[in-house]
Amino acid sequence: MSVPRHWREIPKRYRLIGSKCSNCGRTYFPPRNVCRECGTTKLEEVKLSETGRIITWSVVHEPPRGFERYVPYVIAIVELDDGTRLMSQITDCEPEELQIGTRVHAVFRKIREEGESGIIYYGYKFKPIK
Amino acid sequence: MRKVAVIAVGYTKVSEHWNLSIRELFTEAALMALNEANIDQIDALYIGNMFSGYCQHQEHLGVLMADYIGLKSPPAVKIEAAGASGGMALREGVQAVASGLHDLVVVGGVEKMTDVLSPDITSALAMATDQEYEAFIGATFVALNAMVKRAYQHKYGVSDELIATLPVHCHEMASKNPYAQHPFKITVEQVLSSPFIAEPLRLLECSPVGDGAAVLMLCPLEKAKNFTDAPIEIAGMGAATDTIALYQRDDLTTFKATIEAAEIAYKMAHIKPDDVDVAEIHDAFSITGIISLEDLGFFEKGKAAEAVSEGQIAPGGKVAVNTFGGLKARGHPVGATGVYQAVEVVKQLRGDAGKNQVDGAEIGLTQNVGGVGGTVTVHIFRRLG
Repeated sequence: MSVPRHWREIPKRYRLIGSKCSNCGRTYFPPRNVCRECGTTKLEEVKLSETGRIITWSVVHEPPRGFERYVPYVIAIVELDDGTRLMSQITDCEPEELQIGTRVHAVFRKIREEGESGIIYYGYKFKPIK
Repeated sequence: MRKVAVIAVGYTKVSEHWNLSIRELFTEAALMALNEANIDQIDALYIGNMFSGYCQHQEHLGVLMADYIGLKSPPAVKIEAAGASGGMALREGVQAVASGLHDLVVVGGVEKMTDVLSPDITSALAMATDQEYEAFIGATFVALNAMVKRAYQHKYGVSDELIATLPVHCHEMASKNPYAQHPFKITVEQVLSSPFIAEPLRLLECSPVGDGAAVLMLCPLEKAKNFTDAPIEIAGMGAATDTIALYQRDDLTTFKATIEAAEIAYKMAHIKPDDVDVAEIHDAFSITGIISLEDLGFFEKGKAAEAVSEGQIAPGGKVAVNTFGGLKARGHPVGATGVYQAVEVVKQLRGDAGKNQVDGAEIGLTQNVGGVGGTVTVHIFRRLG
């Protein structure tokens, strides 16, 4: 992934910036220009909730390129308290602790790095609230 | 619109074809079909393929394949819709003939997966997901389907044992298919003791990595008898899309695009799900197949796995499903799969399915899925009386 490609995603990945439809109120991550629900183009940027709950999850054992050293790791669909859904790694936990409905909050973490001298990607992960 | 028929088919064995390049694979399947129809020139070529750009650093597949099968300058183009590339290529071909633009069309699908190593295939398959918001954080294609399985089991309380009966069924079917990648039987115990790829999906619930190519020749139904005694009509087709990202779906236990595509196809063919004799469905993973059996209208939500365990999708059951082994055991060369499915239904309706033949099969269906239900195509085929 190129530097500009990562750079332009920074607001979303570092600060959980999404969008909210000013007509029907539905929120989205990442931001959209058109509301899927009501079709309006009147959406504005919003800072999304940093807490939520797990909807479903998986433990990855066969990794894609760049994640070989992290297996096994947990990926989940999280529903934030404002209703927005996103996908995230779940960190700082044992997979056995997790259940559908487990409460989680956002943390800022390294996602992966591109080789020894390449760019290091940062972004959000979520961890269980204990 | 003109009615459209399939007049010839071609395919390779699905396998780890270390000795064949992507062009050689496609050529083998294409020449089989051209020879069957006794044709050496066509009007257009549509090729389903998902990731030749990633695995071979080769795009512009249309002209490459047209060139190597000896065609003289027809329009030729690659069609890409992840796992539904083959189904979408077929749709393009049917549209071209139905509209009157072309008479003789070749629809093909090809994927050469074994040119790269395992983490690269995992990355290539993840291109079917939302790259920036799913693949970026380490979500694999298997992991997304695994999340669907967990959500489905949570909602309907269906056991691993019951879900495992689908891959067992597919291997039983493939054991009699000479071109299947994995022509051997497996047991539920073997499925449940195989290692996790992404929990809760195990190795023997996932379709294998393999190479293959499949081809169909299409022409207007009214001209089909010039080429074959047993033309098969494409009586209906539908296609639909959903959100590309799994996490943006309200319901994770159903593929809305399957329901919509099937509804359109059934309506066009003037049939109901109960009229289908044979079906090739997209069982890329055990759970994908189970959900598809329900979304296509064959079984109620939450009931498909039990129906499979009771033999209702075996030949002689309610509807004969994946009689050549499905994605799980025939194999899943991604962009070719939708075309393999069509080849198999055509073979059934012609009475040419060998040991897998379903007696008296008249109506067949194929369902081809791209991503985790992001794109779905459904085609309905009919034997002429």
